[in-house]
Amino acid sequence: MKKWLEPLSTAWEGVRTHKLRSFLTMLGIVIGVAAVISLMSIGRGASADILARIGSMGSDLITISPGASMGPGGYRGAAGSVRTLTLEDAEVIAEQVPYISAVAPVYSTQLQLVVGGENMNTQVIGVPPEYQDIQNLDIASGAFFIEYDYQRGSKVVVLGSEVKETLFGDADPIGQQLRMGTNIVRVIGVLESKGTMFGSPDDAIFVPLTALQQMVSQQRTAQGQRVVSSIALTVSDEEQADNVVEEITSLLRTRHRLGPNVDDDFRITSIEEITETITETTQTMTLMLGAIAAISLLVGGIGVMNIMLVSVLERTREIGIRKALGARERDIWVQFLIEAAFLSFAGGIIGVIMGWIISIIVNSTGLMTTLVTADIVVLAVSVSVGIGLFFGFYPAWNASRLNPIEALRSE
Amino acid sequence: MIRLQAITKVYPMGNRDLTVLRGVNLHIRQGELVAIMGPSGSGKSTMLNLIGCLDTPTSGSYYLEGREVSRLGSGDLAQLRAQKIGFVFQTFNLLPRLSALSNVELGMRYAGGVDRQRAMDELDKVGLSNRANHRPTELSGGEQQRVAIARALVKNPPLLLADEPTGNLDSRSGEDIISILTTLHAEQAITLIMITHDANIASHCQRIIHIKDGQIVEKEKG
Repeated sequence: MKKWLEPLSTAWEGVRTHKLRSFLTMLGIVIGVAAVISLMSIGRGASADILARIGSMGSDLITISPGASMGPGGYRGAAGSVRTLTLEDAEVIAEQVPYISAVAPVYSTQLQLVVGGENMNTQVIGVPPEYQDIQNLDIASGAFFIEYDYQRGSKVVVLGSEVKETLFGDADPIGQQLRMGTNIVRVIGVLESKGTMFGSPDDAIFVPLTALQQMVSQQRTAQGQRVVSSIALTVSDEEQADNVVEEITSLLRTRHRLGPNVDDDFRITSIEEITETITETTQTMTLMLGAIAAISLLVGGIGVMNIMLVSVLERTREIGIRKALGARERDIWVQFLIEAAFLSFAGGIIGVIMGWIISIIVNSTGLMTTLVTADIVVLAVSVSVGIGLFFGFYPAWNASRLNPIEALRSE
Repeated sequence: MIRLQAITKVYPMGNRDLTVLRGVNLHIRQGELVAIMGPSGSGKSTMLNLIGCLDTPTSGSYYLEGREVSRLGSGDLAQLRAQKIGFVFQTFNLLPRLSALSNVELGMRYAGGVDRQRAMDELDKVGLSNRANHRPTELSGGEQQRVAIARALVKNPPLLLADEPTGNLDSRSGEDIISILTTLHAEQAITLIMITHDANIASHCQRIIHIKDGQIVEKEKG
């Protein structure tokens, strides 16, 4: 046998000949690693899931929304509590800011929808036809309205998937009429679901902005300009996104006559920014889950130390025999350390497999998306070996220091 | 081969010290077969442990093959045990979970490397090649002691130390063991030192050393 293999085979003998004890030593590590893998995979999965949904909204999207009102004494109202953005703002932005591919002013309001016996109160969003591309809205059936409808102010609507479900159930709504507030409108399309998320279009219906202006009275500013709820736009060159945001900021500040010491009365959010925020949030969540799992891994490590200490006691005579046969302190030390490292490595591998299976099961329930990535696996296994070495060190050192004569005398 | 000069060994026991060896002088030549006899607590096991480099004296000098070893560190002592010394114990001290063959291989483990064929040959010499894969619990006391002898001799040590090798055996197995040991001694020119209570066994030896109260009281030629 190769000489360097002998410590390994000695350690393996120790593992093989004490099966129950080896199993118990591994158990803590197995559970710890399985917990790390499954919890981290849930965290990673959630993060990947959310990012994919945001990605579906278009990565070049920029949204301008009205800012908060400032009352006397610095009292700040809710975001959007002032009506500062106007249709004219949108037109000027489209004309003057470069690197913009499309601009869509958005005016939304709550209206009662009635079809047959069904009715619901829904957000009605008035937009130009460009809005479909800007928001990456996919059509499930029928069509989105076009420039022609927009010019004429046709009373046509496109339903979000949830709205369609509530009002029509499984029936085909295309061509059907429904009452929206005091007007009758015709359904020409239904959107694909985007999933339950903030600002999801599933719960809204879309009409041409020009039609909505005829149906409800659009609010106006003191100067007589028509107020909009928000302005959505896309940039033609994503590299220029930051410049576009800057240009819009300075343009709107000028138009809104804001002095140098006054805060913006609008807010500009880009998808990139939202993505960053969410990535940070989910990373924190993943770390937290990982930390909880790491505690169980730590407990597993202490279990390794416990059982190794007991094992040293139980094998005192063996250590004495080995020393009498010429084992140096280092030989004994290495033997027990390798044994601890081997057990926790094996425990780590089994834990990975178990964690992986758990994560696949969780994924298949459809409740949560899970994602096992290579870095988690490598991390979990190397941490478990590290824990084995760390917590195996003291018992191994204890074993190596035993006096051979006393060790031989022990029962 | 072995020279002990004014060896003393004192064990601290709480407040007072327990003196086990009081100025032992002893010279054993290469290839001798020596018996050590004495009542319990006389210090004979302590002396054997010192000779076996399992322990170091409190004072005095110990020369093994001309080299002063009484002041060596634990690593060097382990090295000496691995290369020079084979032990046979009263309680056999085999590892219960290993086969007879693996136990014999263990004798080479720290002495340069395991050689399975060599271990097998050694088992054959003590007449146990047909029980190589049995565990100690499946062997009789006499057979276990024969495995232990094979383990001690598998690395060809110049010195073999046996601490009451027949103490746990019935007289028949005991005689077997003694005959194996004396035969091996005769064939391999090994130095063999054996503690025993049995005058009959001691009579097989070339020299008998009597110890009492930590001192050698009598050296007689066998």
